[in-house]
Amino acid sequence: MNGANNKRTRGREPLTDAQLLMTISIGIFVVMYALAMIFLGGGFLKVQQIFDLLNDNAALIIIACALTVVMIGGGINISVGGVISLTCMACAIFLNAHTGGLSIPLSVLLALGIGLGFGLMMGFLVSYLEIQPFIVSLAGMFLARGLTTMLSVNPVKVAHEGFLALVKAKIKIPWLGYVAQNGNLIPAKLEIGALIAICVVILMALMLRYMRFGRNIYALGGNRQSALMLGINIKSTCFWSYVLSGLLSGLAGYVFLMHKPAGNASVAMRSEMDAIAASIIGGTLLTGGVGNVIGTFFGVMILATIQKIIALSPLNASWWQEMASGAMLGFFIILQSVVLANRGKRRKNN
Amino acid sequence: MQNEAILTMRGIVKQFPGTMALNDVDFTLRRGEIHALMGENGAGKSTLIKVLTGVYEKDDGAIWVEGGEAEAHIHSPQDAQNIGISTVYQEITLCPNLTVAENMFIGRTDGEVVHWREYEKRATAILENLGIPARAKQQLGSCSLAVQQMVAIGRAVDMQCKVLILDEPTSSLDDKEVAMLFKLMRELKARGVGIIFVTHFLEQVYEVCDRITVLRNGRLVGEYAIEELPQVELVAKMMGKDLNDLASLDQIGMKSAGTDEVVYQAEALSSSDSRPFDFRIRKGEVNGFTGLLGSGRSESVRAIFGADRVTGGKVRVKGKDVKITNPREAMKNGIGYLPEDRKRDGIIADLSVRENIILALQVMKGFFHPMTKAQMRQFADEYIEALQIKTASQDTLIKSLSGGNQQKVILARWLLTHPDYLILDEPTRGIDVGTKLEIQKLVLKLAKENMSVTFISSEIEEMLRTCSRLIVMRDRKIVGELTGEQLTQSYVMKTIAGGEQ
Repeated sequence: MNGANNKRTRGREPLTDAQLLMTISIGIFVVMYALAMIFLGGGFLKVQQIFDLLNDNAALIIIACALTVVMIGGGINISVGGVISLTCMACAIFLNAHTGGLSIPLSVLLALGIGLGFGLMMGFLVSYLEIQPFIVSLAGMFLARGLTTMLSVNPVKVAHEGFLALVKAKIKIPWLGYVAQNGNLIPAKLEIGALIAICVVILMALMLRYMRFGRNIYALGGNRQSALMLGINIKSTCFWSYVLSGLLSGLAGYVFLMHKPAGNASVAMRSEMDAIAASIIGGTLLTGGVGNVIGTFFGVMILATIQKIIALSPLNASWWQEMASGAMLGFFIILQSVVLANRGKRRKNN
Repeated sequence: MQNEAILTMRGIVKQFPGTMALNDVDFTLRRGEIHALMGENGAGKSTLIKVLTGVYEKDDGAIWVEGGEAEAHIHSPQDAQNIGISTVYQEITLCPNLTVAENMFIGRTDGEVVHWREYEKRATAILENLGIPARAKQQLGSCSLAVQQMVAIGRAVDMQCKVLILDEPTSSLDDKEVAMLFKLMRELKARGVGIIFVTHFLEQVYEVCDRITVLRNGRLVGEYAIEELPQVELVAKMMGKDLNDLASLDQIGMKSAGTDEVVYQAEALSSSDSRPFDFRIRKGEVNGFTGLLGSGRSESVRAIFGADRVTGGKVRVKGKDVKITNPREAMKNGIGYLPEDRKRDGIIADLSVRENIILALQVMKGFFHPMTKAQMRQFADEYIEALQIKTASQDTLIKSLSGGNQQKVILARWLLTHPDYLILDEPTRGIDVGTKLEIQKLVLKLAKENMSVTFISSEIEEMLRTCSRLIVMRDRKIVGELTGEQLTQSYVMKTIAGGEQ
């Protein structure tokens, strides 16, 4: 620490670790998308392409946010995919059994209620009984998947007309559309679920940045012992972060159902792993304390873009897509540790 | 300096199962004073601090804050903070991933919304006011340790603390950073904050403190103004010897100065934790490293054994140049090391006595050359017999043995490898007197059998009884090598204290 350093009171601060990692992931997304526009053209030149990525991945965006919140606090929640499948199935059966005017709001409450239930249960086990979060949420995942199959072994298609109308409903934005070959203007279409996902990202970003609860989560993940000494109620902070992630998983389940209106035991299989990958690519550290839902959003978009690029290229095969996602994850983790290690070195030399 | 007491502790008693950690201890802190709390390991310094900060509940005694009539009741760190007692620990208790400003305010604000602007404005004011070289928006982890510590102090000051406890704050700081910290401490002192400074660096005590309270074995030795207690007397008080008594104490036992053959020789050996030093030991010699806690005696022997990362220096074993960078190489060169922390580095709690004994020999042989069960049993029986280890059987788990017997098992482990040179770091700490004597006798016996031994102990008599040469360390440097006539308590203490006498 020297005098010159001290004088930079008014100047721009160097980026924090979290900001740095997020900036890297946004940069990678932009470069990747730009390359796709140049070399693949076609769909990538239309705004609709981005909207499609959002429409297809709305539920993933929401659970990735749920995971980011928990991971910043130093925990993990791998039950999110299971909760999606359970909410989808439960809501599908509920909607097929009830057709009254209130059935749609009630099904939303059912979805949130299931998520909340899982969140409360896991939050209690992790925070107050101090059981390893990985084990707790693994149990939660098995429980949710098991309950899904118990509700119905066979897929349940939603026949509720009001809900199907909701599924078809799209927000049309003409000025972002494009002119088709026959001369018609085709407006850009965004599904309701995608809009919800964007709202979740914004709300979570604001919560994590400007609310005491959000900052306490960062402190908890940064150093549990310190957070305690600084006067933070670490147990309740940890508890409510799991409750929030459960609630968001329930919401994600409903959004998933609005995209594919059928309950199925194998729905959202492995999506928790994609969500973890997206969080990490977006700059969340598994060790906690560093992360950001905006970064996570771009993490999901990076994974989704890779998927799209491979689908459009001659390599279209699922293993290529998985390998590319894996390579991206590996690359990003190495990049993270190199960047952070370099910072550490500079710090020591200061 | 005013003489008004802001903290008074009277007759504090704290008992733990089997030990009296604090026995009727008094402590008084005055407004605008820096007060050193001194004592060797186990003196009760940290217990006293923990009672004061509400980490432990006291068993008896009373605490008053700011001359108050009412007794202060402190049951948690939160209680302590509320009545104006703040602590800054050696390990930073802030969050490295948050900004400096946030670290100053998190956990003590009302309302659900974070007002960043206000945080940063107030933090900047505190930083400028106290002259802390950090910026409010800076990530805490990007500051040096000293600055992080100062930020923690800044937080405490902003919480209107009257009593600031600094628990070994300088252990991981370099000279420049220490100077910065001292400047801040003097600044706070001028504002009337009472500071309790716990440290084991003598020079630092004499640089900043006004008063010293010395504890030993959980009892109060006394409270002294800094000018009336010379450094050498402070050392004597900490170690529990009156200078006048010291000269009369005699040495007992037959010591071994060894032959002329040098077994181990190091030139400018240094490791990640120790500064370069020269050292040699002859065949059949017993020597010792002494110095206060933190003087670097353990770090030096760890460097010899390659237990810390060796960073430089030349080593000769029995006249041959060798490189020792890890414990395995040290063992191959005939060096054994009994670590200071028996529980952490010595015993493997969930293995049996037998398994603990044969461990080092097995490592030397390599794991692809296992010993037979019969061999192991024979070795174990042999050493249980030889060292008179009290254990139900060799299959007993080591954790169920007493401390002294655990230590003997670890000794057996090294004797079994038949080392030429054995390093014993605090082999007698925390074990009963009888076993202590047995171990001392064993050391002398081994030396007669031409083994070279380095013996480290906090108890000087013990060293004087066993060692023919004492290497004295202070502030991580060797400051003296004592032999023959110089081996008396008073001379050793003077060398430890150093400088003016």
